[in-house]
Amino acid sequence: MIGEAIAFYLLAAAMLGFGVVVVTSPNIVHSAVALVPVFLGVTGLYILLNAEFVAGIQVLIYAGAITVLILFVIMLTVGGTGLRIPERNEQGPIGFAVAAALAAMLAIGVTHTAWGRGGGALPAYTPGAIGQSFLGPNLLVFEGTSVVLLVSLIGAIIIARKEE
Amino acid sequence: MTQVAWIIPLLPLAAFVALVFWGDRLPGRGAFVSIAGIVLAGLAGIKVLLEVLGGARADLTYQWVMLGSKPLTVGFVVDPLSAVMLAMVGIVASLITIYSVGYMSGDPRFARFFAYLSLFQCSMLFLVLADNFLFIYAGWELVGLCSYLLIGFWFERPTAARAAVKAFITTRVGDFSLMIGILILFLHTGTLAFAEVFKGIEAGQIGGPLLTAAAVLVFGGAVGKSAQIPLHVWLPDAMEGPTPVSALIHAATMVAAGVYLVARTYPLFLLSTGHQALWVVAYIGGLTALVAATMGVVEDDIKRVLAYSTMSQLGYMIMGLGVLGYTAGMFHLITHAFFKALLFLGAGSVIHAVATNNMKEMGGLARAMPVTFWTFLVATLALTGIPPFSGFFSKDAILLAAYSQDKLLWGIGTIGAFITALYMGRLLWYTFAGSFRGGAGAGGHDASAHLHESPAVMTVPLVILAACTVVLGFLEHPFERLVHFEGVEAPASNSGLLLLSVLVAVAGWAAAGAIYRWRIIPSTLLRTQFRTLYTLLVHKYYVDDLYGWVFLKAGGVVVWAAGAFDRYIVDGLVNATGWIAGQMGLFLRYLQTGREENYLLLIFLSVVVIVLVRFVR
Amino acid sequence: MITLTHYLVLSALVFALGVYAVLTRRNGVAILMGIELMLNAANINLVAFNKYTAPGAMQGQIFALVVITLAACEAAVGLALMLAVYRSVETIDVDEINLMKW
Repeated sequence: MIGEAIAFYLLAAAMLGFGVVVVTSPNIVHSAVALVPVFLGVTGLYILLNAEFVAGIQVLIYAGAITVLILFVIMLTVGGTGLRIPERNEQGPIGFAVAAALAAMLAIGVTHTAWGRGGGALPAYTPGAIGQSFLGPNLLVFEGTSVVLLVSLIGAIIIARKEE
Repeated sequence: MTQVAWIIPLLPLAAFVALVFWGDRLPGRGAFVSIAGIVLAGLAGIKVLLEVLGGARADLTYQWVMLGSKPLTVGFVVDPLSAVMLAMVGIVASLITIYSVGYMSGDPRFARFFAYLSLFQCSMLFLVLADNFLFIYAGWELVGLCSYLLIGFWFERPTAARAAVKAFITTRVGDFSLMIGILILFLHTGTLAFAEVFKGIEAGQIGGPLLTAAAVLVFGGAVGKSAQIPLHVWLPDAMEGPTPVSALIHAATMVAAGVYLVARTYPLFLLSTGHQALWVVAYIGGLTALVAATMGVVEDDIKRVLAYSTMSQLGYMIMGLGVLGYTAGMFHLITHAFFKALLFLGAGSVIHAVATNNMKEMGGLARAMPVTFWTFLVATLALTGIPPFSGFFSKDAILLAAYSQDKLLWGIGTIGAFITALYMGRLLWYTFAGSFRGGAGAGGHDASAHLHESPAVMTVPLVILAACTVVLGFLEHPFERLVHFEGVEAPASNSGLLLLSVLVAVAGWAAAGAIYRWRIIPSTLLRTQFRTLYTLLVHKYYVDDLYGWVFLKAGGVVVWAAGAFDRYIVDGLVNATGWIAGQMGLFLRYLQTGREENYLLLIFLSVVVIVLVRFVR
Repeated sequence: MITLTHYLVLSALVFALGVYAVLTRRNGVAILMGIELMLNAANINLVAFNKYTAPGAMQGQIFALVVITLAACEAAVGLALMLAVYRSVETIDVDEINLMKW
């Protein structure tokens, strides 16, 4: 249990630290690269939460695909020309205040709620259970998600296509 | 005729309507229609009088509206009081209207003049027939309107326009007082009809100081209309109007309406505690009688002297009513109407001939205008109270009543009589005696050769009026039997007093002759000897200046304040509303910037605020 | 002892970071990164609830998987949009992309 606590706090510190870099760095590439530790931190959290399959998917998709995608787009837009865009707009202070207020409210609300505990236990081999669930009770979600993937695939291609 | 007496005011009203719409296109440019209207009304009035003499009475009431639970009854009353007024107004107005054909001939607004005259006649007759406060107030206001229209008939003259406004506003003050009095009475008795109100007073529905106040307020209307002090300032200025107007309205009829009102509402005054209201009436009348006479002594304008004379004689009438001389006051009203109208018409005839109002520029007209002179003389003798003319009988009836009630008032009246003879004698000598002083012609030719008598259409009414003046005096006793108030008896005759009055009048004439005709005591000497008195009189006791200073200046301040209030506060509020809307717009436009980061900020901010508010609750 | 509350507070903080990024950044891609942070925070919540409050079913993790999938779709389309915009106005500064604004 103590190990769990140490792991949690390390991961939390890493996530929050690099998260701050993501949102405040003047260099967009730094921001994009700092996303990776954040995602890996989330992955670690999933593993702590006995969600191994989700953790694996998180690494594959987020830290893999999405981060690369972001870097590619940076390269194809500003990165290629080396342009430096000012990163902060005029809402800086009040944006900070709103975000902080939001966090405070959520935190206070969460700590003052008595969360119940449902019955049952997590299965030992979660990927199997997830698979069973996707082809069982959650089949519609599964199929729907695949449709959305198809649509967004086609859409992204069409939007990003060069005009002839 | 008595039962349908309400037709009488409709005859001149029909003439008015015809003149307004068809005016110049009517026969005689409208004059004949107007004359027809009033002559018919006059004949009907005489018929009513004869019937009333034979004992006929009429009390025609109609229920007009329901006020709450009680109905408002209005109507007409034909009794001796209204009958004599009907006859007098009818005769005098007819003669004056006929006279106006000659006097106003050539005037560009000829038809309109007769239209106004007819409207006035309708209003006056209506006023006289009223049996309730509502109708008498309506007639009151209408005659006031006609007075304004007729005084300012020659409105191109700024003095005339101002005089008309002054008359209207001054009488308005009196009208307001009358209205408050009527309202007080209505509040306590619940009715506006005279008979009902008097019954209510006797039943005790209103009494004590409140009744006296109501009576004095009603008298306030008479003070305004009859030009008593302190609302007398409009009458001399009203002489700006054409002379027939002065004769009809400001001598014979409208100004007499105030006296008529007091007579009609006599129970109000009789029933006030200790006759307090009556004392107010009597003293105001007496004061006016004396003060007006003094102001008439120093006037040079012939019509203004007659105006002050009217004011003074009205004071006598009012004083007469005040000292329980009900019959005496009314009798003097009737006789005064005839000889004062005659005096004004005669003055008009003179003015027509010499084209000036200033007596100092007249003189020697007795030879040039004999009819005018002799009729004028008859009227002057009547006015100053020389027997056997009517004025002697009526004025002395008043002095008799005064002697029996209050010796001080009798003394004031007698001194007033002396001064009356003084200024009327002065007027007569200046205008008709000696040689003609006016009309300085080029090359020094004698302008008096051009003086001539007025046309018959103007002189015949003069003669008729003079005849009435002579005859009426002997009708005093029949009048007394006809017009009297229950419980108010005329005092017994006192031949010593009568003799004294005649002597006083003769003394006044003698003084006038000594100063103004035969120059035994030159007037210039008097003027320098009594310089302060002279200045005071010439400035009319500075009353006009006082009113001007107090009301016009004070009014000016109020007007300025109201204007400033309107400009800065009212307009300011409206402008401020607009300005606020503009400012809010300038402020609120930042909500719609078109940039998503601002909108997102608003969304998140709203979430924070909502949760905070929920927490704070 | 790590309880549900820890995870929830952590996810709240990450969510706040994401909100700050979305409200404050001028670069379009940076805004998308903020959105990804927010989605990740939500995912943490879902999985944490699954373990601590409703471990009997797999709904939390299923939901989290679906969210990851959709986040990927959305990132793809969003970045494609950024590319398209860059091609036409030569910038991805959201303050300068205002042709539609009056």
